[in-house]
Amino acid sequence: MSGIHVTTKINGDVVEYVCDADETLLDVLRNRLGLTGAKEGCSTGDCGACSVTLDGRLTCSCLVLGAEADGAEIGTIEGMAKGEELHPLQRKFLQHAALQCGICTPGILVAAKALLEHNPKPTETEVRFGLAGNLCRCTGYDKIVRAVLDTAEEMHRSARGA
Amino acid sequence: MRYERPSTMKQASALLAKEKGKAFVLAGGTDLLVRLRTGFIEPDLIVDIKRIVATREIQSTAAGFRIGAAVTGAELGEHAKLQKAWPGVVEAANLIGSKQVQGRCTMTGNLCNASPAADSVPALVAAGAKAVIVGPKAKRTIPVEQVPVAPGRTSLRKGEIVESILLPKRPARSGDAYLRFIPRTEMDIAVVGVAVSVTLDAKGVCTDARVSLGAVAPTVLLVPEAAKALIGTKMDKAALDGLAKACSAACQPIDDKRGTREFRIKVAGVLARRAAQIARRRAGGK
Repeated sequence: MSGIHVTTKINGDVVEYVCDADETLLDVLRNRLGLTGAKEGCSTGDCGACSVTLDGRLTCSCLVLGAEADGAEIGTIEGMAKGEELHPLQRKFLQHAALQCGICTPGILVAAKALLEHNPKPTETEVRFGLAGNLCRCTGYDKIVRAVLDTAEEMHRSARGA
Repeated sequence: MRYERPSTMKQASALLAKEKGKAFVLAGGTDLLVRLRTGFIEPDLIVDIKRIVATREIQSTAAGFRIGAAVTGAELGEHAKLQKAWPGVVEAANLIGSKQVQGRCTMTGNLCNASPAADSVPALVAAGAKAVIVGPKAKRTIPVEQVPVAPGRTSLRKGEIVESILLPKRPARSGDAYLRFIPRTEMDIAVVGVAVSVTLDAKGVCTDARVSLGAVAPTVLLVPEAAKALIGTKMDKAALDGLAKACSAACQPIDDKRGTREFRIKVAGVLARRAAQIARRRAGGK
């Protein structure tokens, strides 16, 4: 099988890779590019642990072929903090202890960021629906939801103060 | 396995037509990749149609809307004009999967996956939608209910691809709605799905109706008897009773872990009644 040459942009950087036709974007990210933040949970698009953004849209990277990403812009958890400075969501997740084992956390952070970009002041119900595609077996979700709501509140306050 | 990404429908159709092995069309991939990864299918060729411009657009035309085969659920939900004209179709499509899945999944994929429980399909059938099919030799347009023929099987012939879905122009005082029963609040497969589309006259009398059921037969059903129960009435209690009865009578469901036969038959009637009331309200009925 001859490889497919793909040119893409990941977290703002141009990245080129060669992948097999049946290889998922998740496998490319993890096995070829060393970006192991996106996790493999169910590999059927149900758990959201592999969440990334593709041209700005939240998606499960296990449901995308590596070849499909040619010409696309991909956002992963690795691009969320700016150097040493954590994204407000990452900070709030730590403050609220909104994680235990941490496997689902990268996917939830990527999904929560996409949610707040789309809806900066979500209600609790909107947060729960917005994150329904991300399964967490440890926390019971409550701390996650509180962390997201608190982040929205803080980002709203600082936007008004600015 | 080969992966091809043609830029025209003609090329896509030719690739599928000449492939000797197993060939599949890829749009959103939310069903195809699951089947691929679980070994349920072993394709020799995958034809990705997302580079074809016609598959990516929602066009508002004099005849209604033309929705490209690769338009995602999220894009449907963000299209204000479509949402206003066909709220039932959009709400049904937006029930498919999670936010992640919405970013990729398509109504055409939902149709061609041919699941009896597909959420957007009853809404499309009730809407009188048509599928535009491009083949190696000709293009044809058929009612969407003629696309799935059995669970997982469609009427598409070798080399044929659904290019787009057509939704008709809406007469004044029209409304549609889709409701499904699932045991959870989200992210589940319909145990029963019901779509109702109605048009009222100035006095609130129903002049036209289409009713469709999902997950209660091998394919999504169009139920003319249920529509008949509404047409000519003000959709009062007696008419809704007739609607519910006709819907329950049309069911030929299976018994499985998600719902018994009796439950599905009963719920089809209950949901039909509720969906009809929402559709009526959306049509401006008092």
